[in-house]
Amino acid sequence: MAPAPAVRPIGESAVLIDFGGEISVATNERVVALDRALAAAPPLGMVETVPAYVALMIVFDPLVTEGDHIAAHALTLLETAATEQRTPREHVIPIRYTAAPDLEAVATATGLTPEEVIARHLDGEYRVFMYGFGPGYAYLGGVPHALQVPRKPRAERGHPVGSVIIAGPQCLITTLPMPTGWWVIGHTDAVILDSVRAQPFLFDPGDVIRFRRAEN
Amino acid sequence: MNARIVFEAAGPLTTIQDRGRTGVMRFGVPPSGPVDRLAFAASLAATGAADGWAFELSHGGGIVICEEGEIGFALCGGGFIGDIDGDEPQAWRVGTLRRGQRLRVRAGAGNWAYLAFAGQHAAPRWLGSSATHATSGLGGGPITAGMAFDFTAPRPLEACILPPPPSAEVPDRFAVVLGPQDRHFPAEAIAQLTQAPFTATARFDRMGRVLGGPPLVPASIAMPSEPALRGCLQADGDGGLTVLLADHQTTSGYPKIATMIGPDIDRLAQVPAGHAFHFEVIDAPEALRRTRAAASAHEAWRRALAAPGRLDERLWSNNLVDGFIDATRP
Repeated sequence: MAPAPAVRPIGESAVLIDFGGEISVATNERVVALDRALAAAPPLGMVETVPAYVALMIVFDPLVTEGDHIAAHALTLLETAATEQRTPREHVIPIRYTAAPDLEAVATATGLTPEEVIARHLDGEYRVFMYGFGPGYAYLGGVPHALQVPRKPRAERGHPVGSVIIAGPQCLITTLPMPTGWWVIGHTDAVILDSVRAQPFLFDPGDVIRFRRAEN
Repeated sequence: MNARIVFEAAGPLTTIQDRGRTGVMRFGVPPSGPVDRLAFAASLAATGAADGWAFELSHGGGIVICEEGEIGFALCGGGFIGDIDGDEPQAWRVGTLRRGQRLRVRAGAGNWAYLAFAGQHAAPRWLGSSATHATSGLGGGPITAGMAFDFTAPRPLEACILPPPPSAEVPDRFAVVLGPQDRHFPAEAIAQLTQAPFTATARFDRMGRVLGGPPLVPASIAMPSEPALRGCLQADGDGGLTVLLADHQTTSGYPKIATMIGPDIDRLAQVPAGHAFHFEVIDAPEALRRTRAAASAHEAWRRALAAPGRLDERLWSNNLVDGFIDATRP
């Protein structure tokens, strides 16, 4: 059985349930399992939860409860959450590799041809580890080793919403026209963040993503 | 009759803010909402719009003209002063703007102020809130010169000056709880946090405020991105500290040595650039006690602002101002 997570206070209005260690699917799966368990059985005073790679933040109303109560509730849920089997939700996202200003540069950096870069990228199975950086920015882990390139020395502007970008083991689909130092290798018309949709955010942490090549 | 307000000038950080959005930090969306929550709440209480929104202004100030009708307003926070057609400028000002009159707002000693109006206007909403996420401009949105706002059911307000809340005094100590990543720092850095003087710098926006002081260099910055919260003191690789504010990123790969307690965060955001102070490390139960005491004092303050009768008399007769001091500075 995996070791119990550490509980760390974040001021007086949140606790971090920290499973520790390196980024891994197994650890992130524990984060996701606890997150789901808390959503199904929230403790009194819980405001929201924020899953990340290896830790879950639980934000609460300090006028209603306190960190010790929240943490005790979470650790109790953890015992049952850990044994639950789950089939992750899967999404298939179409990508056009024509709107790809950095495809050549990635090919050069990895010693592959552009077509090989595309084939490797399509081969990957990606997992939504967490959101961060900006609204709707879902960190998709699972870029194949052969495609892993460090991010650029500085961020660049001018990439449209829906840009498919990579850096290191991560892939991401942009939801805002924000500057990025990641490599733009494609574009998707899939809308990750649509504020008027019943579920504004397309992915949940723990979901599995596959890409398919879209017709131009 | 409706009232129409037009911005003739608006400083670069002017936005619409309501109390903020919850439940979407998990998707990368911070709460946003006012940087100074108490001053914001005072502006709404004084205009009778408890669940409404206000314009948030910063150093650039702003000028609004009433083009139609008449409407009450409240200008609260940061020592920002307002004059109507050049009359005596005053902070924490409540009054009525009549057709053709201009309210000019200028910065005071603080950094953020709230201008609320006594009427109804449906500001744009995004993900359930009109709070503006400044980086994206989503929500109620940024304000630029020329923008007009039509208010229905406008009400005039009797002119008065709200007694400045005692929290407007500039504190020289701010309380923090260590963590969540204090273990990434050497013992000397933890000692420096409690002993060294820090300063509030002029480098701030709605995401955070850069602090001056000794570098608190983490032993390593190799950590997975972890969730972040308003009030976290985040160290970059060189040990420079930033306190995270309303529009903070929801996760970050930089270690957070400590987290400020709720009521102190907004006060640090308001202190003038160059102000020196110390951090006081307290434990989570003490942080909880102080936050609850501050909240009950804030609530009493808001109730008094919203009650009928002469405002200054109500506040002073209830001794709320003194009570407020006692509650937040034990």
